[in-house]
Amino acid sequence: MNAAVEAVQNNNQPLVQIRNLSKVYERGKQKLEVLHHIDLDIARGDFFALMGPSGSGKTTLLNMIGGLDSPTDGSLSVDGKRIDKMGEGQLARWRAGNVGFVFQFYNLMPALSAQKNVELPLLLTRLSGAQRRKNASIALQLVGLSDRASHKPSELSGGQQQRVAIARAIVSDPTLLVCDEPTGDLDRQSAEEVLTLLQRLNREHGKTIVMVTHDPKAAEYASHTLHLDKGTLVEQQRVV
Amino acid sequence: MKYFHLIWAALMRRKTRTIFTMLSVLAAFLLFGLLNSVRVAFTSGSKSVAGVDRLVVTSRYSIIQGLPQSLQAQIANIPGVKLVDHANWFGGIYQDPKNFVLSFSVGPHYLDLFPEIELPDAQRKAFDADRTGAVVGEALAERYHWKIGDKIPLQSTIFPQKNGDKTWPFEIVGIFKEGKNGANGLDQVFFFHWKYFDEANAFNGHDVGWYVLRLDDPKQADRVAHAVDALSANSDHETRTQTESAFNASFAKQIGDIGLIVGAIMAAVFFTLILLTGNTMAQAVRERIPELAVLKTLGFTGRGVLALVLGESVLLLLIGGVIGMALAAVVAPGVSKGSGGMVQLPPVGAGNWLQGIIVMLVIGVLVGLLPAMRAMRLRIVDALAGR
Ligand SMILES: Nc1ncnc2c1ncn2[C@@H]1O[C@H](COP(=O)(O)OP(=O)(O)OP(=O)(O)O)[C@@H](O)[C@H]1O
Ligand SMILES: [Mg+2]
Repeated sequence: MNAAVEAVQNNNQPLVQIRNLSKVYERGKQKLEVLHHIDLDIARGDFFALMGPSGSGKTTLLNMIGGLDSPTDGSLSVDGKRIDKMGEGQLARWRAGNVGFVFQFYNLMPALSAQKNVELPLLLTRLSGAQRRKNASIALQLVGLSDRASHKPSELSGGQQQRVAIARAIVSDPTLLVCDEPTGDLDRQSAEEVLTLLQRLNREHGKTIVMVTHDPKAAEYASHTLHLDKGTLVEQQRVV
Repeated sequence: MKYFHLIWAALMRRKTRTIFTMLSVLAAFLLFGLLNSVRVAFTSGSKSVAGVDRLVVTSRYSIIQGLPQSLQAQIANIPGVKLVDHANWFGGIYQDPKNFVLSFSVGPHYLDLFPEIELPDAQRKAFDADRTGAVVGEALAERYHWKIGDKIPLQSTIFPQKNGDKTWPFEIVGIFKEGKNGANGLDQVFFFHWKYFDEANAFNGHDVGWYVLRLDDPKQADRVAHAVDALSANSDHETRTQTESAFNASFAKQIGDIGLIVGAIMAAVFFTLILLTGNTMAQAVRERIPELAVLKTLGFTGRGVLALVLGESVLLLLIGGVIGMALAAVVAPGVSKGSGGMVQLPPVGAGNWLQGIIVMLVIGVLVGLLPAMRAMRLRIVDALAGR
């Protein structure tokens, strides 16, 4: 994880560069332009909050930054790589090595223990079984859930499940974390725990984080807040 | 196989459904294990006679139709024939019509054609000397608690005696063991003298049912078979000379095309199984769409999740199927024994295992393919949003 810290110091180029990005969904004959000509830079080590009304395109933008979806127009590079040009298989491999995802509803595998859930992304690496177990344990320790390693998601609280999901997101040591309303399903206390954890990952481990949220209190944990309205960025890089 | 626990977890996600599906797979392959060798035995009936040292000569048209006795000397004269003798079907029952006894009247040297019939010399001599004497297989004797010296009346379902009586008296003079390589069920057979049968029965015109011949050299089987059939070519009693297994198969066809019937039953069972497991797999994938989307999010490729789902359906089939066939292997000898030899199930051999496992793999891929392709093609963002 120190590699990321070094990268912050050594590299002043933005981690994410978005130029003139548009996204159009086609429903039969209807065309729905969800994002209009977005320009955005996200520096290494930043913690971005993305806010805006429902349907404004936050998830769409976040999914594109995370390489889950491709823009209709414009360019999108992450760490110098044009991910908008990548094919599906290439993108899958890129995600495995470079991005961690955190979702509103945790999206853990219900049949697997916390430990096995965290090990999941490591199955795609060349690590040995013992290495995978060790790395997953470290990640679980980082989110403070070592004692719950053998619990199934159904045996954990919402906040604990989200922390397991965060452990899964960081276990392969990606530079970028994308989080879609990570506290949207949590009570205040659990939300604060999760946000503090994200802040620590940002400050101590150099993770660049983009987080969609509806909650202004949550946005306060970020270093920048961005507003999206009807597919357009209305306010850029307002420093808190 | 580091992904195995993922496949296993997917199966165990709905334990009850998985167990019931596995049970139906198990039942289908239990049936497969019990019946496939029956089907193969009754459908193969290969026409080739090469490599056997014993041939059966029957009427070309129907095994019910007899053959003239005069043929015996002619067959014996064909070079390469070591020994030939004849037998007739008797159709005996003991005491009760459900006690069917596999009984044949045979020529004086017929038993010598079957070295696997292990009969003590003294008993063999006694048989030769006794007009109404009979030798019976060990299992048959055990079934009815017959001992040497017992007087046994058998009724013939076909042949009355000249006095109109359908009951034929016999005396057990020998009990034989079935040696190595004996045909299935040989130790259930009841042999007696054709001479007794021919003299006493009301309507047989002195014909014999079939001939069995032994060869000097198995390599001569083809040539001898042709020579035998040539003897009666264009006569009113044309013959067909074939191996014993082909003969047995055509004999059973008198009852019905067993191979076809068994094959049809198995096809129906497997068709149902495909629908059932196909439905299970479709359901299993449908309810796991969000999970599969997460796997893809984490970097599993389309082909990766395709393989996971296929692995799941193949594993489902393999577990149920292997247990089913193992059960068949255990149960088959029991069925044969328990039925007192009335039902003869061949053991589940290596060939059947191989065929069974191939069938499991094929069905597994077949029923997994559509759901697996759905998983492969799944668009992550839509699946995550529940679209
Ligand atoms: N695959 C799709 N096909 C068609 N329309 C889509 C698709 N994905 C998103 N949309 C539309 O794009 C718009 C933006 O969706 P998006 O999910 O990005 O909004 P959001 O800002 O995340 O909203 P929320 O706060 O409710 O999560 C919505 O109007 C949505 O209906
Ligand atoms: Mg959203």
